[in-house]
Amino acid sequence: MTSLWLIRGVRPYGEDPVDLLLRDGAIAEVGVGLVAKDAEVLDAGGLIALPGLVDLHTHLREPGREDAETVQTGSRAAALGGFTAVHAMANTDPVADTAGVVEQVWRLGREAGLVDVAPVGAVTVGLAGTQLAELGAMADSPARVRVFSDDGFCVADPALMRRALEYVKAFDGVIAQHAEEPRLTQGAQMHEGVLSARLGLAGWPSVAEEAIIARDVLLAAHVGSRLHVCHVSTRGSVDIVARAKADGVAVTCEVTPHHLLLTDEYVTGYDPLFKVNPPLRTADDVDALRAGLADGTIDAIATDHAPHAMEDKECEWAMARPGMLGLEQALSVAVEAMIETGLLDWRGLADRMSVRPARIGQLDGHGQPLEVGRPANLVLVDPDVRRVVSSADLASRARNTPYAQRELPARVVATFLRGRPTVLDGKAQR
Amino acid sequence: MKRHLLSAADLDLGDATLILDTAAQIDAALAGREVKKLPTLRGRTVVNLFFEDSTRTRISFELAAKRLSADVINFAAKGSSVSKGESLKDTALTLEAMGADAIVCRHSASGAPHRLAEWVQGSVINAGDGTHEHPTQALLDAYTIRRRLGRLDGVRVTIVGDVLHSRVARSNVLLLDTLGAQITLVAPPTLLPVGIGSWPVEVSYDLDAVLAKADVVMMLRVQQERMNASYFPSAREYSRRYGLDARRMAVLPEDAIVMHPGPMNRGMEIAAEVADSVRSTIVEQVSNGLSVRMAVLYLLLGGDSK
Ligand SMILES: [Zn+2]
Repeated sequence: MTSLWLIRGVRPYGEDPVDLLLRDGAIAEVGVGLVAKDAEVLDAGGLIALPGLVDLHTHLREPGREDAETVQTGSRAAALGGFTAVHAMANTDPVADTAGVVEQVWRLGREAGLVDVAPVGAVTVGLAGTQLAELGAMADSPARVRVFSDDGFCVADPALMRRALEYVKAFDGVIAQHAEEPRLTQGAQMHEGVLSARLGLAGWPSVAEEAIIARDVLLAAHVGSRLHVCHVSTRGSVDIVARAKADGVAVTCEVTPHHLLLTDEYVTGYDPLFKVNPPLRTADDVDALRAGLADGTIDAIATDHAPHAMEDKECEWAMARPGMLGLEQALSVAVEAMIETGLLDWRGLADRMSVRPARIGQLDGHGQPLEVGRPANLVLVDPDVRRVVSSADLASRARNTPYAQRELPARVVATFLRGRPTVLDGKAQR
Repeated sequence: MKRHLLSAADLDLGDATLILDTAAQIDAALAGREVKKLPTLRGRTVVNLFFEDSTRTRISFELAAKRLSADVINFAAKGSSVSKGESLKDTALTLEAMGADAIVCRHSASGAPHRLAEWVQGSVINAGDGTHEHPTQALLDAYTIRRRLGRLDGVRVTIVGDVLHSRVARSNVLLLDTLGAQITLVAPPTLLPVGIGSWPVEVSYDLDAVLAKADVVMMLRVQQERMNASYFPSAREYSRRYGLDARRMAVLPEDAIVMHPGPMNRGMEIAAEVADSVRSTIVEQVSNGLSVRMAVLYLLLGGDSK
């Protein structure tokens, strides 16, 4: 079946309106007043076109916790959020630490057919932090793994981290580090500061993140490897990465939507919907993260979409699992934090949510400019609507959104994956 | 007053004073009586929901409710996800269905009573949550100070010990500040929380430097396990630097009192001769706890009988 779509009057990157003709998975023509016989026509007046979003950090939970999310439901949430590719984190059950598991996840993604699911491989066997997983086998598998992470756990052993950084050079992989010095965060429940003191919750100090990032950029520089830092959350982390980049270290990093919007003030009611790792930080950290994303120190917005079953959140704070949903609201949060504040324009946002994450994850078909001949992976956004988030309406199987009842700007109207709509009129097509 | 008592910060000066005055009235009403019972809460149900063992606090609340003629249910539960028992929410809904008018909740997790309060109609009284708060302990401490010294406004209170992990310290700081006391916290720096700069207190690392200016010295229980996590090198060193012994007690102003929420580690944070001295209010604190808890139950439940 061929596919032929004519998108009329859309504004690429929020610029002047044009028509886009999508044919056989690619952008075939760009111009004003295009005509195409037999094309399905989408009137996109007022909408903004961006390259399909790419998430470097998604927890799809399959295999193992299909009660919280599956590749199918997570893919649908991703497509509805405007994503055309997601990186599926390795902390599944079994852990994605072998070629067999990453290939299974990759295949489930293909069957779902809504986004490209790029499995992330575990750095160490069972995420245990003691022995390297078979990174080469995962790289050579059909899943073509290039990003490796023990996310949820930090590769804390400096010798092991050094070896991992070195080893993946053989297939141009990258280690994505969840930076958390474990000895400084034992039993930690929230950001350590004024509020943790008042709320009587064990503190997760900023230095536990910053110390690992500082160590890792030094290691990466020493062995000449690429390093990616997951979900930076503090002003100090931004400063360390900025300095490392200025020194020429091949380091990239990401920030989550929630760290761009929410602060530790939300912990005050002890509602575990706001429990996340790294924890919500202070307003000063939020300012620094936004500024770092704007000036390019932070390369990407990555959701850390972390679905959890109801019983893991409707409980005492200390017993709740950390993590929050992110895929469906990521773009809206980014618009509020970065576009409406004037910190980024739409081109800048496309760079941080598509171009650079695709480059870091080495997904060649994604993050490409909206030009003739490029893959037709794109999202159409209505920038002018505002919507109240309802947790009942989420496509995710889980309900742990921190944005319930919050009004957010912008709406994904359509998403195209290789020229075929995965979302039309705000509805998933499968 | 608010419907729940979750934090000492829920009480403004009027509320706190009302509770202390009510406790005094209850004491007066019961003084010399053979049957120490008031009919005030007849037909009301008070549930003691204890996820953490604390016989003394439970008995105090139980006796307080019974002396007000309430029906009392003791519900000992285990923490939810940890033991794979019934969840806090399910427990809350069960108690709700039983028609609990008040739930007295003790839990090892900070904030658990706050969660509970979202799921039930009745009043929730925090009887100690993790390392967060223990508001009725602060009320009984304030009551004890007022009875001994005749006032709270301007009283200089020094709280000594593991402030970082102490719910007693958090609630006392909030309540005593509301009541006008001047508070000094003394501890090794490791046992003071990061962020303490925002508290309405003076902080000192040197117990000897502050004792001469203390009207009240409140010693906190220090757990041995803190030593294993390197909060201090040894029990002996802790005791030497932060323990209250007879030598230090002698430095206190003449009328100063010594308090301890119990249970004590005699010989660790407090010497036996101090605990048993005339300055010590430790036994009174227990009986005052009963009066204050009666006052809290009365004020939270008595006003709007069904
Ligand atoms: Zn992580």
